Amino acid sequence: MKKLIIALLFALPVAVMAAGGAHLEKANIDLSDKASLQRGAKLFVNYCLSCHSAAYQRYNRMGRDIGLSDAQVQENLMLAGEKVGETMTIAMPQSDAKRWFGNPPPDLSVMARARGTDYIYTYLKTFYIDENRPFGVNNAVFPDVGMPHVLWELEGQKKAITKTETDADGNETTVITGYEVVKPGSMSEAEYDQAARDMTNFMVYMSEPVVLKRQQIGIWVLLFLGIFFIVAYALKKEYWKDVH
Amino acid sequence: MNNMMTQLLGWVDARFPLTKMWKEHLSEYYAPKNFNFWYFFGSLAMLVLVIQIVTGIFLTMSYKPDGALAFGSVEFIMRDVNWGWVIRYAHSTGASAFFAVVYLHMFRGLMYGSYKAPRELLWIFGCLIYLALMAEAFFGYLLPWGQMSYWGAQVIVNLFGAVPFVGEELSIWIRGDYVVSDATLNRFFAFHVIAVPLVLVGLVVAHIIALHEVGSNNPDGIEIKKNKGPDGKPLDGIPFHPYYTVKDIVGVVVFLMIFFAIVFFAPEMGGFFLEHPNFEPADPLKTPAHIAPVWYFTPFYAILRAVPSIAGSAFPGVLAMGAAVVILFFLPWLDRQPVKSIRYRGLCFKVLLFLFVADFIMLGYLGMKPTTDLFKLLAQIGTIYYFVFFIALAIIPKFEKTKPVPERVTE
Repeated sequence: MKKLIIALLFALPVAVMAAGGAHLEKANIDLSDKASLQRGAKLFVNYCLSCHSAAYQRYNRMGRDIGLSDAQVQENLMLAGEKVGETMTIAMPQSDAKRWFGNPPPDLSVMARARGTDYIYTYLKTFYIDENRPFGVNNAVFPDVGMPHVLWELEGQKKAITKTETDADGNETTVITGYEVVKPGSMSEAEYDQAARDMTNFMVYMSEPVVLKRQQIGIWVLLFLGIFFIVAYALKKEYWKDVH
Repeated sequence: MNNMMTQLLGWVDARFPLTKMWKEHLSEYYAPKNFNFWYFFGSLAMLVLVIQIVTGIFLTMSYKPDGALAFGSVEFIMRDVNWGWVIRYAHSTGASAFFAVVYLHMFRGLMYGSYKAPRELLWIFGCLIYLALMAEAFFGYLLPWGQMSYWGAQVIVNLFGAVPFVGEELSIWIRGDYVVSDATLNRFFAFHVIAVPLVLVGLVVAHIIALHEVGSNNPDGIEIKKNKGPDGKPLDGIPFHPYYTVKDIVGVVVFLMIFFAIVFFAPEMGGFFLEHPNFEPADPLKTPAHIAPVWYFTPFYAILRAVPSIAGSAFPGVLAMGAAVVILFFLPWLDRQPVKSIRYRGLCFKVLLFLFVADFIMLGYLGMKPTTDLFKLLAQIGTIYYFVFFIALAIIPKFEKTKPVPERVTE
């Protein structure tokens, strides 16, 4: 009876976590892959950082974490002559951003934590041509997105193949079943996938720079507590010998 | 040296009851020797309170209670403050841990009838602690100033707007503005860091004083003070110190292993402890698609949503939610069965309690999910059972077949 209650208490969160989730592609990132993080940083700085800021991420911290010296960061990743200890802000004023895009482009420092790793990866990969949108593109996971497909030169342009589904209530919805390349980009499909993965990897790193260190320290903390447990348990046994 | 210490202690004792208090509350406080697993959660709740206060003090040193700066200051703590991330995760995990531990502690009380005479006031202090804890968690949740912080507070404060006649004025008075804003953030900060913690600590002291006055209950529900030896000490009691101090240390270590496993390996706990939308800064113009409170409030949120509105007013739901908490205070007078422990109570009590736990978990699940017709029906059934449980406790003693309660505690 008691065991059942305990089992139920612990099983519930697992059951809840297993439920839900949209059609997102697995990003399969590796936060310890420094080369991937460096490529991702390069793409991020070149393609995202002109409109989106990452105002909580410092350049030098990023360099240290992804294996670059301050000089390398300054030479390759800092385009506007900031100081290396500064955060990744942008020059575009919010008021202009609002005028140009409707909504100012959000800060991306912690976006990967808000939306999830696979969401970012799928988002980067599912821009398709939609003439009804102001920038001529739409996105499968972010319908009516307010930004252009910044990476189109790399990926090329693609059209969505759709079909119409009717649900039980007779409502018709259009679902995307695949894509057809209209104009190839400078990268092959596999190369673009890797680029999207690198960028996702970098954005996940940036959303919590301490993550690898956190897990490393965690192992030592748990080891210490494991040893402490043995001592504490032995102490308890010793004292309780005379309780009958 | 030893002599000097004794002299110093004597000096203090002549001016402050140090030795007397040590004896009363630790070395000569006799606790039943048959405490089981469920008796760890009281001391663990105190541990979590200490964790929350200590980490909270350090967070306050770098946090900025300002609508324009709050979100960024939390990220500053996570990135630029030395060990700030451990402190922040310990505090956010501590909030959930506090409720987990307190819920298990309350369940223990239900199982072994720990609220019955002479422990009614002890139980009421406990209920007040739970109420203060809910307030503390609610105020604290606004401080990271993320989307869920903002809209969660908006939804809850709007509930006061459902109060007839004065509702609108009341909710503006609470917010200090027409919407949740910088003014709201500042006052919630004041409540979170000083007002409620003061009340909470005071209540915890009262809870412990009341406990040590009447003595602890135990899994058999027997008053150990009824069987005293020739020396006047309870035959089934053992001094809290050293026996339960060394035992509680074991409980503390096991708890810390789980606690730090979460802090270091899963601080978001899959979105249960830190909700994903809360990593987007508060935006008064952008309502999230789905607003749900953190897991520890969802059973009550499910009750709120389950009760249908009358004439467009959500007030009945608000009343039901309030009643769900208030009814706990009356438990000692609802359940008049003299047999305390579940061990010697009838099958009907066991079934009722098991269903109550299942119901509470179900309501918790439903409170996280968007409402559908099926979920709404389940939540309504769950809400009805929640109250039926308490009423049934008042009725079943009339026909309940209890087992004989032994004279002395069992192993």
